[in-house]
Amino acid sequence: MGKFRDRILAIVFAIGLIVSAAGLAHAGPYEDALEKLTTDDYADTADAVTAVATSGNPMAAPLIAALQDGRLQFSAKDKKVFIKTVDDKLIDAETGKPFDGAPPDDLDAVRVNNRLRGVIDAANGALTLMAPDAAKRYESAQAVFKSRDAAVLPAVEKALEAEKIPRVKKVLTEARAAILLGADDTSPADKIAAINIIRDRGDQDSLALIESLPADTPAEVRAAATAASAQIQRNLAIWNTVQNLWYGLSLGSVLLLAAIGLAITFGVMGVINMAHGEMVMLGAYVTYVVQEIIRTRYPGLFDYSLAIALPLAFIFSAAVGIAIERSVIRFLYGRPLETLLATWGISLVLQQAVRVAFGPTNKEVGNPSWMSGAFDLGGILITYNRMWIILFTGIVFAALLAMLRFTRLGLEMRAVTQNRQMAAAVGIRTARIDALTFGLGSGIAGLAGVALSQIDNVSPNLGQGYIIDSFMVVVFGGVGNLWGTLVGALTLGIANKFLEPFAGAVLAKIAILVFIILFIQKRPRGMFALKGRAIEA
Amino acid sequence: MMTSHPLIRLLDRGSTLFLVLLAAFAIAIPVSNLLMPEGSALHLSTYFVALFGKYVCYGLLALSIDLIWGYVGILSLGHGAFFALGGYAMGMYLMRQIGTRGVYANPILPDFMVFLNWSELPFFWYGFNSFAYAMLMVLLVPGLLAFVFGWFAFRSRVTGVYLSIITQAMTYALLLGFFRNNFGFGGNNGLTDFKDILGFNVQAEGTRNALLVTSCIALAVCFLICRAIVTSKFGKVLIGIRDAESRTRFLGYRVEAYKLFVFTVSACMAGVAGALYVPQVGIINPGEFAPGNSIEAVIWVAVGGRGTLTGAVLGAFVVNYAKTFFTSGALAPYWLFMLGGLFIGTTLFLPRGIIGTYNNWRAGHADKAEAKAAEGASAGGGASPAQPSAAE
Repeated sequence: MGKFRDRILAIVFAIGLIVSAAGLAHAGPYEDALEKLTTDDYADTADAVTAVATSGNPMAAPLIAALQDGRLQFSAKDKKVFIKTVDDKLIDAETGKPFDGAPPDDLDAVRVNNRLRGVIDAANGALTLMAPDAAKRYESAQAVFKSRDAAVLPAVEKALEAEKIPRVKKVLTEARAAILLGADDTSPADKIAAINIIRDRGDQDSLALIESLPADTPAEVRAAATAASAQIQRNLAIWNTVQNLWYGLSLGSVLLLAAIGLAITFGVMGVINMAHGEMVMLGAYVTYVVQEIIRTRYPGLFDYSLAIALPLAFIFSAAVGIAIERSVIRFLYGRPLETLLATWGISLVLQQAVRVAFGPTNKEVGNPSWMSGAFDLGGILITYNRMWIILFTGIVFAALLAMLRFTRLGLEMRAVTQNRQMAAAVGIRTARIDALTFGLGSGIAGLAGVALSQIDNVSPNLGQGYIIDSFMVVVFGGVGNLWGTLVGALTLGIANKFLEPFAGAVLAKIAILVFIILFIQKRPRGMFALKGRAIEA
Repeated sequence: MMTSHPLIRLLDRGSTLFLVLLAAFAIAIPVSNLLMPEGSALHLSTYFVALFGKYVCYGLLALSIDLIWGYVGILSLGHGAFFALGGYAMGMYLMRQIGTRGVYANPILPDFMVFLNWSELPFFWYGFNSFAYAMLMVLLVPGLLAFVFGWFAFRSRVTGVYLSIITQAMTYALLLGFFRNNFGFGGNNGLTDFKDILGFNVQAEGTRNALLVTSCIALAVCFLICRAIVTSKFGKVLIGIRDAESRTRFLGYRVEAYKLFVFTVSACMAGVAGALYVPQVGIINPGEFAPGNSIEAVIWVAVGGRGTLTGAVLGAFVVNYAKTFFTSGALAPYWLFMLGGLFIGTTLFLPRGIIGTYNNWRAGHADKAEAKAAEGASAGGGASPAQPSAAE
């Protein structure tokens, strides 16, 4: 008896639940929207997505995310929508509770096409406009600006009222302007105001937005749009130039870093060191070895790996350089062409030694956290690794200049450069200075290797890629003059980046090479040649 | 040495020996390959015929480098470019000979152009179906490039290492250019799959032997041209330029004209070497422009002995034979160590190369006083006089 009553009660309770659930189903926009998701019709789905996004229901965000990932399932027979979790469990989209009954047999994924994806993006934008995280709000405001879906306008306006952070507020205003500009029922005055807001934003998207006004736009709006688009184009051209300058500076600093050691050995000592690129390569491999040791033994130190690698790379490359000078080059002073051949031989040996020791493939050298990522500066994107390399190059260059200018070693180096016999006569041990100069040049190449390991493939051929460019920089800038090397490297880097958009990377490089070949005809001793009255050859 | 008859001056003992050896080589190899029965101890496989044919071409390239480095002191690190340009001219002729036998069977366009969807032959491919025109281009293209390049460089007195560096930049620029597909020379893959040359199958034994003999003849002719240049009064001026360029200029010689002439002749010879090389190896690709190749060719000359002509050819044979020997065995990973060591060792311990050292040693036996004079002359050789002023 008791059992029977219990059963009755349970049935009644269950019926009650179902009824109340059914009642709820027609209670709000969210529930109405869910039903539309079961019709397997793109237009209905689009309406549903927009409705869900503005419903304010807590299930809205997971539902749209599921739709985006193709995890949203529906049953047309039962008029029910389910969210499939990543581990293949079903969640009732209406209640948000796990569904533990047998899944309906006509269960199918809600289909999405390209137009719908746009709607989903807009919906996501609207959803996250109110997110607690400011960065998320910023992102979603940007998404709304791009999609300019009129349906999110109320959400934007609501968010705009609540927004406190100026950066986000600005983007929200722009998003609102974008929507207003596209809407049919906006008054011309509002449209012009919207155009002005979008003009001040001034990027490629704004330009596209302003230029996409429909044909029946009133004349005054059209005039404002034309003026705004002209101004945006001017701004963009300026930013484009700035960007080219930045890229050029970045390339130039890499060239400078690779060439600066060569400028010392070739410029100051008159020694052609074809193995210079291999010193760079050794520096990169030192970085690799340091990172490997840190990875396996002290993972916590990873962010400091470059700082540890820098002095080691300098010392290692410098030691190899001094060894080369003592064992080979010092016997060849006064025979530059033979020096060239001998150092080429050294470069082959070093490359092959590294190939035998580490294998011929590229080695993975990681970016520390402070060197990865990027940030926007005005209209250009600046990556941290490029920025650090430019700074690093500047520091190395300044340190080298200071060393040559203010230290005793620098003084002696300059003395030997200017007049070897006289320097020897006043007691400078020129042989020692030669070895140290060569070591310094090689050590700086090692530092360059640490920096280049961050932006280039670390392989035995790393140095080969830079040797010709480095020689070009030194010869173009003028031998024996570090400032010439600086100007040469930056000029070539920037010229290369400005030519690239017209000619492509390879042709730009060829053009630069041809230019230097012609330039050397005009000024055989480079831009900043040391003036002298000695006849050449 | 001061013989009056030019022919005797042209053919001193070493040169005669060289030509006799070359002739013997050119006769012995085809005989051994074609006439000796297979399995006989005297039989040489076709592989070796192609290999030696390649060496002869390298020898010719080395000879062309020795002419300018050994006698005028111009160290070109871009002679591989002239070699490759000659090779491409020949390759273009061979491509046109393929005709409808290509994969796409297009009677006019080579396969790679069909592949790139080109509808017609670029203008610079016109005429390459004619052998005579292609041979003209083999001489003309490297010669013209060398003439223009040298005209600019020598007129503005770019010398020594500067010249070396810009010649290297030249070949590097060409390397980058020829790698591009839209340059019209087959891009990365270069030109290959050749079928026949002058109607003969390039793969056939007879053709291979004929190419070897042709290469030997070309080498002999170029050798005689070089000898004629360096033994003439013109050649004396060249050596004057090598040893003291400014002094020669002050004596009233137009140094740049002399240099330009020899540089151009040398580039043409390198072009011929490349043209003979391509049908024997069956491919030409942009890799031939790599700066490393040009520098390697320079070391052949250094090993054999620069300023001796015969030494250059000997050096090319020795180094390349060593390369073939070592890179085909278990020692392959160590070949680059050896090549690198060769660069270092030759410059440090054998600056005169094999022939130069031998000549010196013989001269030392004959006459100690003369040996001293010879040492003075060769120690001052090359661009070394450039150094004291460059260091100031």
